[in-house]
Amino acid sequence: MDMLNQWLEWLPDMAPGLAVSLQLTGLSLLFGFPLGLLFAVMAEARKFPPLQWISFLFVEIGRGLPALVLLYLLYFSLPDAGITLTSLTTAIIALSWNTGAYASEYFRAGLAAVPLGQKEAAITSGLTGFTGFRLIVLPQALRISTPPLAGLAVLVFQASALAFVIAVPELMSKAYQIASITFEYLSVYILTAVIYGSITLIFLALVRVLEWRLGRHLQRN
Amino acid sequence: MIGDILLSISQGIGLTLYVTFASLIIGGAIGLLLVAGARSPIRIVRAVATLYINVVRVIPPITWLFLIYFGLPQFALRLSTIEAAIVGFSLIASAFMAEIYRSGLLSIPDGQREAAHALGLGSLTTVRHIVTPQAFRVALPAIATYAIGLLKDSALASTIGVHEITYYAQQEARQTHEGLLSFIIAGAFYIIISLIIAVVSRRVDITLRRKIGVA
Repeated sequence: MDMLNQWLEWLPDMAPGLAVSLQLTGLSLLFGFPLGLLFAVMAEARKFPPLQWISFLFVEIGRGLPALVLLYLLYFSLPDAGITLTSLTTAIIALSWNTGAYASEYFRAGLAAVPLGQKEAAITSGLTGFTGFRLIVLPQALRISTPPLAGLAVLVFQASALAFVIAVPELMSKAYQIASITFEYLSVYILTAVIYGSITLIFLALVRVLEWRLGRHLQRN
Repeated sequence: MIGDILLSISQGIGLTLYVTFASLIIGGAIGLLLVAGARSPIRIVRAVATLYINVVRVIPPITWLFLIYFGLPQFALRLSTIEAAIVGFSLIASAFMAEIYRSGLLSIPDGQREAAHALGLGSLTTVRHIVTPQAFRVALPAIATYAIGLLKDSALASTIGVHEITYYAQQEARQTHEGLLSFIIAGAFYIIISLIIAVVSRRVDITLRRKIGVA
């Protein structure tokens, strides 16, 4: 009971941190997913090899580097290049890049999974080039990539805890602050783990619902 | 300049590899127990193993590390930074490895077990000589992918003060103000180690395929 009372006392201090964590996650997804789609489309541009190289470079750096190293890389190098951003903005850029790199693989898989016949049928119907891509191929590809992307969103929420290292005032750094004042390390971090765990579980439940909704057309027969 | 930074950061490679592979091996062993537990006929064992796997996976790695490194000393269980990192990553790896083993086991057709039973092999012999070699081959690419993921996660150990690659890179960035260079070098080390893991696992995979005689 003692621990619960402490937790109730700390929650008002942790809540703004959670809001920053969610904001960081939301913005990273908002910028990261379109970036991933862009990388995926660029990687398919066989007629323009330079676009493919750029996409390859950005995706491999975004996926190959630990998210923490990417975060530090931007945090320590941008000010030297004369760009001063808040730590939250830096974290959003780093996580968007990371998210975009992973998302591009899911988008590519989705695009590859659309049957060739669909593309041929689009061309036969006179929907050539970008129109056919936008109206026929892309919607089907997005439906295929949605479940893995939703799973990625959960991972991005967990990765948002890393922003702690560059002093973004998110949940983990609020926990660290409270712990260094009260010395109740164990209790504070258990509360943090419970908060992260329950939000992740809610996200995962939403992913389940989404997967079920998107699969409805397959379940009918 | 580059030479100095390179030398300094390369001091961290040893501990990065140590933390990664110690956690992979310990986590891999605990993962075996977990997957056995998750498939156990006793309901309570099954529930506990499944709960463990899910609880571990929904909490971010950095929270686990802080919980173990800063939280456990309140129970008078004081771990060194390296021990705390290995305990934390082993815990996380065990849950993910259990999931990988599970998918490996699911890929073995029931016919294999039935055939082993028909030949009069006991259940332990079946698991040891029939199921495990095949499941391991199926799971190997996933294990290699996870090993690379764990390598990248091990960068988190720098936050509790383990002197690995990211720790030295951060130190160099602060001392020399060559932030970009330091972290590009650190990133290059991670990518090189990832590539080595990928190439070695591909080799082992091909050898195993030949040995078992499947394409």
